Amino acid sequence: MRSWLTLAVIAPLLAALPLVGNNYALRLATTVFMYSVMAQSWNFIGGLAGYPSFATAAFFGLGAYASAILQNHGVPMVPAWACAGVAALLFAAFLGGAILHLRGHYFAIASLIVAEMLREIVNTLPDFTGGGKGMNLPLLKLSVTAQAQFFFYAMLALAVLTVATAIVLQRSKLGFGLRCIQQNESAADIIGINSYAYKTAGFCLSAVFVGVAGAIYASWVNYIDPPDVFDVLISVKPMVMVLLGGLGTIFGPPLGAVVLLLLEEVVWRNFLTMHVAALGVIIVVLVLFLPHGLLALIRERFPTKAMAN
Amino acid sequence: MTALLTLDGVSRRFGGLKAVDDVSFDVNESEIVGLIGPNGSGKTTLINLITGVHPATAGHVHFDGHDITRQRPYRIARLGLARTFQIVQPFQRMTVVDKVAAGALFCGHASDVREARAIAREHLEFTGLADMAHRPAATLTLARRKRLELAKSLAMRPRLLMLDEVNAGLNPTEIEEALAIIRKIAEQGVTIIVIEHLMKVVLSISHRLVVLHHGQLIAQGTPREVVADKRVIEAYLGAKYAAGNPGVSN
Repeated sequence: MRSWLTLAVIAPLLAALPLVGNNYALRLATTVFMYSVMAQSWNFIGGLAGYPSFATAAFFGLGAYASAILQNHGVPMVPAWACAGVAALLFAAFLGGAILHLRGHYFAIASLIVAEMLREIVNTLPDFTGGGKGMNLPLLKLSVTAQAQFFFYAMLALAVLTVATAIVLQRSKLGFGLRCIQQNESAADIIGINSYAYKTAGFCLSAVFVGVAGAIYASWVNYIDPPDVFDVLISVKPMVMVLLGGLGTIFGPPLGAVVLLLLEEVVWRNFLTMHVAALGVIIVVLVLFLPHGLLALIRERFPTKAMAN
Repeated sequence: MTALLTLDGVSRRFGGLKAVDDVSFDVNESEIVGLIGPNGSGKTTLINLITGVHPATAGHVHFDGHDITRQRPYRIARLGLARTFQIVQPFQRMTVVDKVAAGALFCGHASDVREARAIAREHLEFTGLADMAHRPAATLTLARRKRLELAKSLAMRPRLLMLDEVNAGLNPTEIEEALAIIRKIAEQGVTIIVIEHLMKVVLSISHRLVVLHHGQLIAQGTPREVVADKRVIEAYLGAKYAAGNPGVSN
């Protein structure tokens, strides 16, 4: 109940941002929502089930390309976004069948190469995907401000949907089962959990919203190419955000998304030539000194009654 | 009486080691069977074979008319076969009530998490853990963690319950309490296999004993018959003792 209330308070406040913010603020906020979707999605498989997936970039790029190809073949934008989500989901179901029997580091490495594999496939099919030259997407016939607002609301809606999914999942049988798997998969089998089916379901959930986010991103920036949408950082950042905010929690991932983006902006401005290195140092420090995330820190300072349950 | 569980020539090799070698026996409905044997005799491996953790390399296991020899563990669990773990470690970071609720949710036919927690509270009441429902499982004492394992297994509504050394490491008072709980479970009609090191415990509770040694079944029968069996004494105390003191029990 408290989670729903929090969402019901925060979402309208965020929706009011275009009334006060300029286009720069809207662009930042849209990015935060996108990050939040990616972090929340990673949390479904990485946080709840304890499977450190590096496949986020694969789902993101797949969604971006699926939507771009469909739109270039005349499919309207929003249905193309939905199809991108379905494509990511089906791909995750197929991929999960292939690699979810691996555990720990083995799973991490297997998931890491998926984005590279897709990138190579895109590169080798230039007639279909534009290859290394990338793809243009249809331009929207809207003013610059109207476009900024449109994508702001689209990404916000997706982020809210992802948080809502997380809240439902946390209380569901599936979420409960994933937490059992995270703690001890063999023991989860013994109490009757079909861990293979559960992990695959968690993996699909971690893909579908990322696929849509990739599709919205492609429409937003109008142009995609393989190094951009299959970037390994797209896989790494969600993990950092979740660790930053709080692993396995509902509002940890969005919180981590906000903090990481702010850090990125500050670091980017001040360390233009070595911002990735600076970001790396910050990540190491955070993991060493804040292992349970910011949300745990906040809860320690302000304990509530609900925590006793 | 009908056999609930049937083992037929079950074997398991680990490389060149025959951990379980051609073991056959039945467990009847509502029976308490003690599975005993010296360290390393293959007791826990045998339980792993029955529950599907390791597949048997030869032989067949039947449970309630189903061939469960190469079934996945979760399917076997859903048929009504539950076990506790010798080394109590699963789901350490969960609360006590959630750990038991997990058993009710995935095997005990609870329809949602809320109902599973309600069922879990009943089982915590039964095992005397109701006061610590919201504590992390890892903070419990060994005796209580063992009882928590019991509560979790009971929440699965098992027809056959396998207790892997639930009494190891407990003091005499705690053992008495644990035995009282096991007897109460048996009274509800649950068939039980007790794996135990402590002879006194197993003799006092079992209707029948099955003895393993080097992975082989060397004797089975009533506790009285088994403790008088020459090969059993040999396995536990050595050939010299068996020869010199026929029929002596612990």
